[in-house]
Amino acid sequence: MAAESLRTARLDPSSAAVGIVLLVVLVLGFAGAANATDVGFAAHSWMFLIAAAAGLAALLGWHEAGDKTPTFDKAFYEEGVVKAGIVATMFWGVAGFLVGLIIALQLTWPNIFYFPELPWTNFGRLRPLHTSAVIFAFGGNALIATSFYVVQRTCRTRLAGGMWAWFVFWGYQLFIAVAATGYLMGVTQGKEYAEPEWYADLWLTVVWVAYLAVFLATILRRKEPHIYVANWFYLAFIVTIAMLHIVNNISLPASLAGGKSYSVFSGVQSALIQWWYGHNAVGFFLTAGFLAMMYYFIPKRVERPVWSYRLSIVHFWSLIFIYIWAGPHHLHYTALPQWAQTLGMTFSIMLWMPSWGGMINGLMTLSGAWDKLRTDPVVRMLVVSVAFYGMATFEGPLMSVREVNALSHYTDWGIGHVHSGALGWVGFVTFGSMYCLTQWVWKRPKLYSNSLVEWHFWIATLGIVLYIASMWVSGIMEGLMWRAYNDFGFLEYSFVETVSAKHISYIIRALGGGLFLLGALIMIYNLVRTARGDVPVEDRNRAPAAPTLQHAE
Amino acid sequence: MAAKQGWLLRNHKFFERHSYILLVGILITVAIGGLIEIAPLFYLKNTIEKVEGVRPYTPLELAGQNIYLREGCYVCHSQMIRPLRDEVERYGHYSLAAESMYDHPFQWGSKRTGPDLARVGGKYSDEWHKQHLVDPRSLVPESIMPPYAFLSSQPLDFAGIRRDMSTLRVAGVPYTDAMIDRATDDVLAQAGGEYDVEAMKSDYGAIAGRDGTVLIRDFDGAPGEPSEMDALIAYLQVLGTMVDFSTYEAEDLSNKR
Repeated sequence: MAAESLRTARLDPSSAAVGIVLLVVLVLGFAGAANATDVGFAAHSWMFLIAAAAGLAALLGWHEAGDKTPTFDKAFYEEGVVKAGIVATMFWGVAGFLVGLIIALQLTWPNIFYFPELPWTNFGRLRPLHTSAVIFAFGGNALIATSFYVVQRTCRTRLAGGMWAWFVFWGYQLFIAVAATGYLMGVTQGKEYAEPEWYADLWLTVVWVAYLAVFLATILRRKEPHIYVANWFYLAFIVTIAMLHIVNNISLPASLAGGKSYSVFSGVQSALIQWWYGHNAVGFFLTAGFLAMMYYFIPKRVERPVWSYRLSIVHFWSLIFIYIWAGPHHLHYTALPQWAQTLGMTFSIMLWMPSWGGMINGLMTLSGAWDKLRTDPVVRMLVVSVAFYGMATFEGPLMSVREVNALSHYTDWGIGHVHSGALGWVGFVTFGSMYCLTQWVWKRPKLYSNSLVEWHFWIATLGIVLYIASMWVSGIMEGLMWRAYNDFGFLEYSFVETVSAKHISYIIRALGGGLFLLGALIMIYNLVRTARGDVPVEDRNRAPAAPTLQHAE
Repeated sequence: MAAKQGWLLRNHKFFERHSYILLVGILITVAIGGLIEIAPLFYLKNTIEKVEGVRPYTPLELAGQNIYLREGCYVCHSQMIRPLRDEVERYGHYSLAAESMYDHPFQWGSKRTGPDLARVGGKYSDEWHKQHLVDPRSLVPESIMPPYAFLSSQPLDFAGIRRDMSTLRVAGVPYTDAMIDRATDDVLAQAGGEYDVEAMKSDYGAIAGRDGTVLIRDFDGAPGEPSEMDALIAYLQVLGTMVDFSTYEAEDLSNKR
């Protein structure tokens, strides 16, 4: 029966290719599970095995369903994978914000989440879970979902590659699940923002190459002569992240049946390669990709063209050229040779200009539509995200100056800086884009509730302000306390005195993070009601018959 | 729209209309900075100072470092003392590049939620470390460090230690055949077992160029099979102790970078 339908049904080549990849993963997963030398590797082998089996079953089931014409041809645009991406973005977002809140509370009251015999509840294992969940799971899914949407619209063609887009989506979720469970089990390379071990890195490489192929193939078959500016940024993001990921993760597994690997780089070289990677994870994952979102969703939402085409060309090339150099500013005053530190600092200061070029281009796109700031809270969210981008990209060059860095490095100021970019810029531009996307792919005339967007906006903004203000205070305070001398020429404070001095700031920080999480939960409620097609609140309140007095607007 | 397009817009068409050219253009643009900054570090001889004392980790210390990584200690503790007056007075001599040349990967860290550990070796007793790791606030009431009591009860898994060392040798760490062959015994020996320790001492001393950098004792004070606590404390106690700074000439031109 199965064999017969295989013969008669038209076999979609992309599904067959994905099936072969899954078969290979299935076999490797089986081999790994059978030979594993440690618990983490065994667990992950099983995860790969089960995921590949589930994927194959889904492929066969979809095929067996008798769809003679593959679903890929039915609609003009592929929107299923975009919808799945919206769900994944919001799911991982809330998960990541929640873990962030938990570890903020751990730092505030270390005894409230206190399990001396449970290693996985400790800050050291939960912190990578938080950073990866928000950067790679929340941010990554937002980038994949929006890029798949934007590239189709701006090229006026269907997403290329058929089943491969779904492979990218689910393959990426598998990577996240493997990475996240790995952190909890203590499977790590010990490199910040690049913690997953060698086999997870290899898997991500496969997924990423597929992502690049789908994206590029879609551009190749575009019906527009020009490639739209958002796609330049997406392409730069995808290509550069591939380069950074591969180089930074070159390592030697101690065993092909075990999780542990050793980086081929050590000491100074390891440090600079790590921060070349780390800073450009910010530059290309959290900036270039999200600038692509800015370049599509702001013009689209306010129905105005991009302010300056010329500026977008200049700031694109200068941004991607200069960003790469900025990594050494994470290593001021370290054992890294000074010439490299100076180069890093110089380019970091230069980076201010292309960053603000992008900000100005985004903000000025509202020319002639500034009233929408008042009438559409989604536009306000997008615009405030660009304002936060401008703030964070001014603060960054400032902190990269060696003398400022002497104070700010190793302190909470860095944490505050990261979060003004992550919550304000990445978070808000993602929220704005997800509000737009949900409304557009589920084909709703408007969001379920604009006032809930207002609530989200103000609660989250308050949360960000509390977060970054408290971290400025605690970071600059501890930096000054570390270097304070008393009248006799001795250090004024012991280290632990600087820790206890930050307690109040930590309470405020946790409150800020909690508000940000609350805002995201409100958003999810709003998005679910929108996707379901519930009557928008604003329409329901408008009584059908008797006209009532309304506020002047 | 008959307005004449400017030079930039006219010529940028070249990239905008050809996806492969755009792709290659991006790749070249983003490769330059990294190449210029990173590649020289591999061949400029003065990147790493020439100092005596730095040696590869013993098997027990290496196992300890792997526990340090596994528990994510690096997210709160740096191992990089900057040449600033207060840091040198608080933590000791500023860190040298040579001191982390066998760290795959480096553990310089980026945040000091807790103090720097680059020279924590020898500052506290083994008993202090054990008590502090089991229950940090029993010793430092204001501390916000998580507890690591489980390290005492978990026996150290060092079945793969020889494979770990062979792998590191491929990556450039100068472990000798003898060191690798003897690794399992060396773990037991360094943790205070009834084993001959002279071969280990002389092998590691030979690479270090000086004696006395290998500490041999029962680090967790619990006889029997080595625990994870043994390994982690052995690692912590060697941090920053390898270089003999009484002979280090910071002002020597070859050490200026």
